[in-house]
Amino acid sequence: MFKSLIKNSRAKSPWIMHFDCGSCNGCDIEVLACLTPLYDVERFGVVNVGNPKHADVLLVTGTVNHRNKKVLKNLYDQMPEPKAVIAIGACGATGGVFRDAYNVVGGVDKVIPVDVYVPGCPAKPEAIIDGVVEGLKKFQQKVEQAG
Amino acid sequence: MKYVILAFIGLVVAPLAGGLLAGIDRRITARLQSRQGPPIRQALYDVLKLFGKEGLALNKWQIICAWVYLIAAALACTLFFLQSDLLLIFFVQAVGAVFLVMGAMAGRSPYSQVGAQRELIQVLTYEPLLVLVFVCMYLAAGSFNISDILAVESPLLAQLPLAYIVLTYILTIKLRKSPFDFSTSHHGHQELVKGVLTEYSGPYLALTEVAHWYETVLLLGVCALFWTTNWLWMAVLLMATYFLELVIDNTMARMTWRWMLKYVWGIGLAMSVVNLIWLYAG
Repeated sequence: MFKSLIKNSRAKSPWIMHFDCGSCNGCDIEVLACLTPLYDVERFGVVNVGNPKHADVLLVTGTVNHRNKKVLKNLYDQMPEPKAVIAIGACGATGGVFRDAYNVVGGVDKVIPVDVYVPGCPAKPEAIIDGVVEGLKKFQQKVEQAG
Repeated sequence: MKYVILAFIGLVVAPLAGGLLAGIDRRITARLQSRQGPPIRQALYDVLKLFGKEGLALNKWQIICAWVYLIAAALACTLFFLQSDLLLIFFVQAVGAVFLVMGAMAGRSPYSQVGAQRELIQVLTYEPLLVLVFVCMYLAAGSFNISDILAVESPLLAQLPLAYIVLTYILTIKLRKSPFDFSTSHHGHQELVKGVLTEYSGPYLALTEVAHWYETVLLLGVCALFWTTNWLWMAVLLMATYFLELVIDNTMARMTWRWMLKYVWGIGLAMSVVNLIWLYAG
């Protein structure tokens, strides 16, 4: 019974951490817009935490470059399991318009495994909320597969 | 049998009530910010989820400290419902508060270190005032025993209005609400991340959260002792006090510890001493 309670609670309380991995701030503004009274993601139990040790879902915006790939990996490693990663925007998915630049590694999936890609330049807040919901389904599946 | 039921209320019902209160708190706060807000059971979901997460601890001291904090808070709350001695409850909850700080100091993260120092200053600020409030209650009711305080014929609030105001200051500090929320900033993406709670994660964070619910119920219980003659008025007093806390939380900015120490000690000590003299002379 306790296990099923925990399982149900998991989907109802996704704590997100937002990492700006060299974004132009377009997607970041949209991520923060989700927390405003208009979209109010807290009604789904989403809390924007600034601490990888408390986070369940990592939202990454922007391209990865050689400087910040270590930071991204470090943040991912500090998050306790089960966790999900959501790449936001064209840059997070593939590197976007910057993908051919000499200093750019590419999308977020070049460094850490990504569960959900949210397209858009910038991604709409509705799309980001949908992405988080999809991400929760993914990590529910991961937990079930693991045992 | 009566004591078994009271202990059950203190051990099991109290934290659940505290969790629901935390949910109501978030809901009303959201409404005050013209948002929809999470469901009332949200705080319970959060804690259950945290229990299901991987336990990443820095070292074994942190685990021990989280458990001692929980056990001390649970014990203090249970003793309260068993109508024990106020001073005993005071010392038991102080042990818990100190172990939370020690757990935060077990890590070398600057956020948790600074948060721990600030939490210690908060403990330093409210502990003497809490003792003074208990002394006021002793003078008014003639005993530190809660069973004797429950037997008074007129509400303590009439004799101890200033002590009650001091108690609301303590409640604000203990609930870690603005303007005194600088040891664990409520919104975790600010200058101190989560302060004293930064290094606790997964199940250990859940333990500190449950302990916090126990402490909330304990302090609201102490508030309830100020109007024990009528259940209705006791409920009104508690609801009014908690709503006032929420309004203060949402209208105040976070201040510094220096301001807190000066302001709360200045006003708090003055008010409790005036109330003591009033009791003694009157």
